[in-house]
Amino acid sequence: MKDMGLRKRAVALLDCSLVRFVLFVAVPFLFLVFCGLHPKSYVTGLVSTVGIYIVLASSLNLINGFSGMFSMGHAAFMAIGAYISAFLTLSESVKANECPALPDWLIHTQAPFAVALVAAGAAAALVAVLVSFTIIHTKGHYLSVVTLALIVVIRALIDNNDSITRGSRGLNGIQPLSTIPAVYLVVVVTLFVLYRTIRSAYGRGLISMRDDPVAAQTLGVNLTAKKISSFAISAFFAGLGGALWAHYLTAISGANFYFEKSFDIVEISIIGGMFSLSGAVLGAIFCTVLPEFFAPLENGLHIAGFRLPTFFGLSNIIMAALLVLLIIFHRQGIMGYSEIIVESWFSKETYTALFKKSEYGKVRSALAALFRGT
Amino acid sequence: MNITYFLTILVSGLKLGSIYAIVAIGYSIVYGILRLINFAHGDIMTIGVYLILVFMNTMGLPLFVCVLLSVALSVGVGLLIERLAYRPLRDATEETTLISSLAVSALLQNVLQIIFSAQRKPFLLPKSISTPMQVGMFKLSVINIATYVVTAVFLVLLYALLKKTKIGAAMRACSENMRAARLMGVNVNRVVMFAFFIGSAMAVVAGLLLAGEYKTVYPSLGFVPGLKAFCAAVVGGIGSLGGAVTGAFVIGVAEILFQGLMPTTMTAYRDAFVFLLMVAVLLLRPNGLFGKNEGGRS
Repeated sequence: MKDMGLRKRAVALLDCSLVRFVLFVAVPFLFLVFCGLHPKSYVTGLVSTVGIYIVLASSLNLINGFSGMFSMGHAAFMAIGAYISAFLTLSESVKANECPALPDWLIHTQAPFAVALVAAGAAAALVAVLVSFTIIHTKGHYLSVVTLALIVVIRALIDNNDSITRGSRGLNGIQPLSTIPAVYLVVVVTLFVLYRTIRSAYGRGLISMRDDPVAAQTLGVNLTAKKISSFAISAFFAGLGGALWAHYLTAISGANFYFEKSFDIVEISIIGGMFSLSGAVLGAIFCTVLPEFFAPLENGLHIAGFRLPTFFGLSNIIMAALLVLLIIFHRQGIMGYSEIIVESWFSKETYTALFKKSEYGKVRSALAALFRGT
Repeated sequence: MNITYFLTILVSGLKLGSIYAIVAIGYSIVYGILRLINFAHGDIMTIGVYLILVFMNTMGLPLFVCVLLSVALSVGVGLLIERLAYRPLRDATEETTLISSLAVSALLQNVLQIIFSAQRKPFLLPKSISTPMQVGMFKLSVINIATYVVTAVFLVLLYALLKKTKIGAAMRACSENMRAARLMGVNVNRVVMFAFFIGSAMAVVAGLLLAGEYKTVYPSLGFVPGLKAFCAAVVGGIGSLGGAVTGAFVIGVAEILFQGLMPTTMTAYRDAFVFLLMVAVLLLRPNGLFGKNEGGRS
């Protein structure tokens, strides 16, 4: 280990399982425990949002990054999940009053949150399968436009079925069930399933389809089956994310699930890096935390007795500009193809390292190298 | 159903179709050359309307002068977007440029929101041109009639430009095969800039007609009509001028017919109907009703 650059020495540190454990497991976990103990605080709200966006962006990455179909329709699947979960958890009397046109069995059903979540995902996946004939027969940016059309159709259905969805007035009084433990349990399950998916033979097939559909097909990859199934899996988790989002907001309407929402998720996915699930994690954190720094500017900052004018929408401008810059100069996003965070979560070495003496020695020598400069 | 009602619907459908046509052409010529779906096109429309409003209210200039000034500035914005957000992405995949254009669109809408606030502002054209008169059996205002005339004039001019001038030939060459055109000595960047120039200028005029119709302006005014004009271009066959225009009239008339003839419970599905029409065309005739075979669309 001689004369390595600073960057290389820092990366060498990240190669130590123990460092990964502290950085990616212990610190976030303790932070989440802290947030879980202060459920009313502002930071906890942000952390919940981050978790929900991780679910949404990582599921979007499965289809956009790994199977190479650029979908922009996540908001539509979120909406389906959100409304299904809301219908399943709202109390019977509320449903009978507010949504009289719901089928009787649904009015009388009240499911636990976990069941509602799974149903939300399943409903979104079902819709994905039903509309999948459109994405099989289109490609490139036409596929994106078709998925945009799906958002418009779902929005029209929500807004115009007043006796089921309360139309543009929206559903209120949804139970606030998206607590930190609930959200992050879903995050871990989502990332585990998606990680196992992309590392399986099935996932290799997806990636080969993305890189060269013709070659993949000649090697026996069933493109149609792959397209439909990956679209459905992605939609399942989008539905889950939508349900979590509904139980976080507690009041939803069609406007919560329109172009802007889809665009936000695409933005997170691209900024983090759409070829990596870890990218979705970092992107969600980055795109939620960064705008918080612009919030004082938006509300008109006080400087030495003067009040700057309010710039409502400034953070959106900065994020959009950042997205354009990133696309031009660093197209693969923050994480590129690296899977370091999610890999650390789900590999045994990260946890067994705690009990291995040699790992501590490795950290010590890496640290020493970092500070000595050799 | 009586025939007058039907004709009235048809006339207003043609009016909407004319506006879509002007916007769809902007989409189509840029797409024809760059294979880029420029979602910021609808927002250029909005910018143009706001600028007209500013010039009218603060300087009290006649409408015609306001429109000219607005066109000049909006074209500047269009060219700036091309230079900063699209030109660096010439070699990128089509999805990448799509995202860039959506980001630019979000950026422009938020900038407009900061400058002019998110509230709807009244956009009232002078009474002399917006008061309806009785023309035969229809009630039309000067601005309505101008919509048809302007569209017709634009189409003729554009057709002449593409067929008779050198830059028009260069544009056609670039949309056939950009690399070959470059090898033949065509300055591709100039052609692209010219496409954005025409597109942006026409978008402002379309914006004026649209806002005159709505009598109001707000930051996201152009986004959905822009998307619908894009649907129109796809339906007609994007990349071809005649296709864009035909598609625009098909969509415009279909949209108004849908609203006028369907029961009232269905009319709220108007936007969804337009998008579904586009999806149907993409699935059944991937190159649009009149587009040339391109092989890449499905």
